[in-house]
Amino acid sequence: MQQADRQISTMEAQIALPRENGELIFQAPWEARAFGLAVALNQQDLYKWREFSAELAATIAAADQNDDPSSYYTRWVSSLEELIITKGLLSREQLDAKTAEYAANIDDDHGH
Amino acid sequence: MNNSREAVQTETDAALRTRALESLLIEKGLLTTEIIDEVVQQYEQDVGPLNGAKVVARAWSDSDYKRRLLEDGTAAIAELGFGDAHGSKIVVLENTASVHHVVVCTLCSCYPWSVLGLPPSWYKSYAYRSRVVREPRAVLREFDLELPDSVEIRVWDSNSDLRYMVLPERPAGTEDHSEEQLVALVTRDSMIGVAKIEAPAK
Repeated sequence: MQQADRQISTMEAQIALPRENGELIFQAPWEARAFGLAVALNQQDLYKWREFSAELAATIAAADQNDDPSSYYTRWVSSLEELIITKGLLSREQLDAKTAEYAANIDDDHGH
Repeated sequence: MNNSREAVQTETDAALRTRALESLLIEKGLLTTEIIDEVVQQYEQDVGPLNGAKVVARAWSDSDYKRRLLEDGTAAIAELGFGDAHGSKIVVLENTASVHHVVVCTLCSCYPWSVLGLPPSWYKSYAYRSRVVREPRAVLREFDLELPDSVEIRVWDSNSDLRYMVLPERPAGTEDHSEEQLVALVTRDSMIGVAKIEAPAK
């Protein structure tokens, strides 16, 4: 944890976590879950933190170049998906199918 | 590669994809809910219930603020610079010696996270959501909160437009406390209504 903490807190400016007065900022609970997933997978040694941060840097650079207005954690989730697929932990088909399943039930969800 | 980067376009989509990732990684045995919760909780201190604690301490220290807070929670909370980016209203309920409020979201896990941080796992559990409405006294007892029969318990069901936060009773023995000292006493559970705030040790 200590090491991951340090790596997370020293992420370079372009990919640094959104903070206010030094505190992490989550705009919605799913952002915290997405954050937790990425950190937990790293703790389980399923990838190195620098692999994740490289993926995130690439996503952010590509989005900025395309004037893509997506939020920081939206990009975070895309990066996490890419790395998980590259590492063979899950397939794109599995992810798309499960996402579609949740999307179909979205009316049941009341906003969180 | 570009395709999937473009696939995650909206916030809703990203939220759904996050849920899909979480459930698949758990199904595959790569993570457990407990591991993720633990990570989130470690960082939760950063987001934590501190905003809510500041609101409570201000209300205890400033009776005008308290009146505004109970009249219009959203506006009074915004005075301190906090609020819900999605525009949900926050209603603040005052616990007294005779009335005890407790908050739930029976349908899912709506929660005033802009003031209370991330909801604890039990708040999202089916057991809490279904039982606190039916038998609040028994559920509170399981949180080690024994309320006398003379205290009326009111249960409030949050939804996506309206969220509740409890203003707990100020504990005895804190008359000389500064607002900053009071902030440190306020717990998350007391602002959900499943705990009282203990008087500080002498």
